[in-house]
Amino acid sequence: MKNYSWKLITAIAVIVISATFVAPTFKEGIWPNKKINLGLDLQGGMNLVLDVQSDVAVEKSLERMSEEVKVLLRRDQIQYDAVKFVKESKSIEISLKSKADKEKLQESMKKEFGTLKQTNESSQGDAYTVTMAFPAEEVNNIKKMSVDQALETIRNRIDAFGVAEPDIRKHGEKGIIIQLPGIQDSQRAKDLIGKTALLEFKLVEDSGSIDSPPPGTQVLYQNEKDAESGKSSPKPFLIKKQALLSGDTITDARVQIDSQNYNKPHVTITFDKKGSRIFERITGENVQKRLAIILDNKVYSAPVIQDKISGGTARITGNFTLDEAKDLAVVLRAGALPAPVVIQEERLVGPALGADSIRLGVTSALIGLLIVVCFMLVYYRFAGLIANIALLVNILVIGAVLAMLGATLTLPGIAGIILTIGIAVDANVLIYERIREELRAGKTLRAAVNSGYEIATVTILDANITTLISTIVLFQFGTGPVKGFAVTLTIGVLASMYTAIILTRGIFEMILSNPERKTISI
Amino acid sequence: MQFIKPGTNFDFIGKWKIAAAFSCALIVITIISLVYHSGPRYGVDFVGGAQIELKADKQLHADDLREALKNIGIDDPSLQNSGKPEENRFILRTQSQIKGGQGFTDDMKKKLEETTNAKIEILSVDVVGPQVSGELRKMALMAIFFALLFIAIYISGRFEMKWGESIFASGVLIGIVYLVSLFNVSIPILIGIALIVSLVMFWMLGHKFALGAIASLIHDVIITVGFFSVLKLEFNLPVIAAILTIIGYSLNDTIIVFDRVRETIKSNKGKLTFGELMNKSINDTLSRTILTSLLTLISITPLYLMGSGSIKDFTFAMIIGIFTGTYSSIYVAGAIVYALETKRSKKPIAQT
Repeated sequence: MKNYSWKLITAIAVIVISATFVAPTFKEGIWPNKKINLGLDLQGGMNLVLDVQSDVAVEKSLERMSEEVKVLLRRDQIQYDAVKFVKESKSIEISLKSKADKEKLQESMKKEFGTLKQTNESSQGDAYTVTMAFPAEEVNNIKKMSVDQALETIRNRIDAFGVAEPDIRKHGEKGIIIQLPGIQDSQRAKDLIGKTALLEFKLVEDSGSIDSPPPGTQVLYQNEKDAESGKSSPKPFLIKKQALLSGDTITDARVQIDSQNYNKPHVTITFDKKGSRIFERITGENVQKRLAIILDNKVYSAPVIQDKISGGTARITGNFTLDEAKDLAVVLRAGALPAPVVIQEERLVGPALGADSIRLGVTSALIGLLIVVCFMLVYYRFAGLIANIALLVNILVIGAVLAMLGATLTLPGIAGIILTIGIAVDANVLIYERIREELRAGKTLRAAVNSGYEIATVTILDANITTLISTIVLFQFGTGPVKGFAVTLTIGVLASMYTAIILTRGIFEMILSNPERKTISI
Repeated sequence: MQFIKPGTNFDFIGKWKIAAAFSCALIVITIISLVYHSGPRYGVDFVGGAQIELKADKQLHADDLREALKNIGIDDPSLQNSGKPEENRFILRTQSQIKGGQGFTDDMKKKLEETTNAKIEILSVDVVGPQVSGELRKMALMAIFFALLFIAIYISGRFEMKWGESIFASGVLIGIVYLVSLFNVSIPILIGIALIVSLVMFWMLGHKFALGAIASLIHDVIITVGFFSVLKLEFNLPVIAAILTIIGYSLNDTIIVFDRVRETIKSNKGKLTFGELMNKSINDTLSRTILTSLLTLISITPLYLMGSGSIKDFTFAMIIGIFTGTYSSIYVAGAIVYALETKRSKKPIAQT
């Protein structure tokens, strides 16, 4: 008797612990542990896979550097013909007027731009040209950082958007997976996530023609919405290329409602110390000129500077709806993406379909379970009852482990559970058929049960290990829903080995420990 | 209660030629169908494009939908009713590359509502870019390949008790696959080569159980692919999951028969011929085979009957798999072991 009791104690412990983990799924908040996570296909929501264009981050950082190099050369009084960023070779080309300055340049560059390495040099007469680029290691570094930073920025934006339990993860080298459960307005979410949100303040060039923009300027457009027809048309502006101030100095951005102007919303931004100093200087130097506020190369507004603005705040007006203004404030607060992102994969499940799927999954699982349970009772009678207990414990354990691991239950996951019903029953069938055989061979009940379990165990292990191999491969290579299937099936197979081999045997042994018992219906 | 009376002795092995002809016929049909349809029909997951499920509040004609879709530049939609006819649910697929994030779904919804005068509810959207779809396709094939590889190692180790040989064989296999992959061949060809190499290797090593098991797995996968091709169903990620599960299931069944064969060999002291011995093992496990297949089938069927879309395809693949898996463990795996063993006992091949 003592030998068997530990099996029963563990069995009871397994059931109690499992029930503890599963309970919150049915009645939320009875204790602190979490309920089972439902996949997006079951509760509705959006799954996005983004690709961070990290090459652009490298280009942008070189482009910015080329501007800084010019400043450096001027400071160190090195005469140059041109400093330009070459997009094709991802490098900076510096052309000096005199070869004599070569050493001076190298020294300055080493001191200030140590990450750049010389890749090529050439001289023609007295002129000297040197090409500099990032070494491969630095390129990888910038790419990696751009992905990390993009992840952080997107996380901040989504937090501000107010999605319950979003899941934002890195995927491969430059991908980001975003899961937003229960989201309703998918377009708005995509806009919010995809916006680069590079805010720049640039001066409007008043002289010059839009058809042939003079050097150092570019044409950018503002979307003008006609108040009456509601149609929008692009209005061109001639804008100086040089950005006077960018969005990285913003500390806050808020929506305010303009009571004097038809209750139109606008966004008020606050700069940090450095930003407000620069903003004060620009506005002071450019009174009566127009300052364009540009987001992702689109002009939002281009007000005339009336006076020097101190105090470190500015406002962006435009034809916003309240939601648009709110989203703009969110992206400005969260900062710009270091590189643009492209949506590679988008999966959306409407909440109604999600609810449908869960009903479908649960109902079909229950129907299947019910038929199997009845069948086992009819076919094996009393032993069938024991197998059914094992089956129910099995399902309970799967639920508990899902909750424990914080894994996500998806519709294929439910399919995995249904398949587990088959596998779990199979283990018991193997054992019972064996016991029947042994009984037919004339063994006593106890001997038949013992050898039935022993022989069948080897077979069950063999069969289940191969299933485990394929589920582990599925888990390794699968994504999303397939992974969900692999998770439940793996847990299910492991649980079924426990319930079929140990749990049911414990029950048998308990029953057989009564010396009076000579038969059992099987 | 019992389905199979003890002492039942069907002559399974004796019918192996009929079964072989039947299997070959199915495989030929699969190949013809694949050639005729120029390859498997991949879903959005593997070729990229979009799949959208929508619901209208009144009856719609597929032609109306098509017209509306043309307006937003989708010329090649495939439309399919999903769910019950009175629900007005449609699944729309297109392989045109659609960039996410450009207001595509909103645009479509608006255009559809304008043209059809119905209120449209978007139930689900799947947009997969070309890069992702390529990656997914590669991953899916790799998954099938690795599953087969590991299973082969396990079986030949477990049943022939020659772990060394089986690890050596898999080393050779990985080496060959690596060498071939240097020549930039496409993944399906690579996997084809890997499978042929492993079959040849098990043949040469005389690992009859591993050979039988792997051949029966390939058999099952081909036939499932054949059913999908003939019925013009789409391959998507869940179907690949189903195929891997079929591999697991079919193997499960095969192993149980093999386990019994091994046991019968041990207890048989020259009383039975190998064919009789195989038959006895299959008959002894028949009760279990029928019962388990039946119960698994029963538990899957409700999901197939009630499900729609990809879940229906998934469960359909499973149902085919249960049938072929049960059949192949007897008539493919069992028959191959039998054929190899009798051939060997007549004319012993070189010592391995």
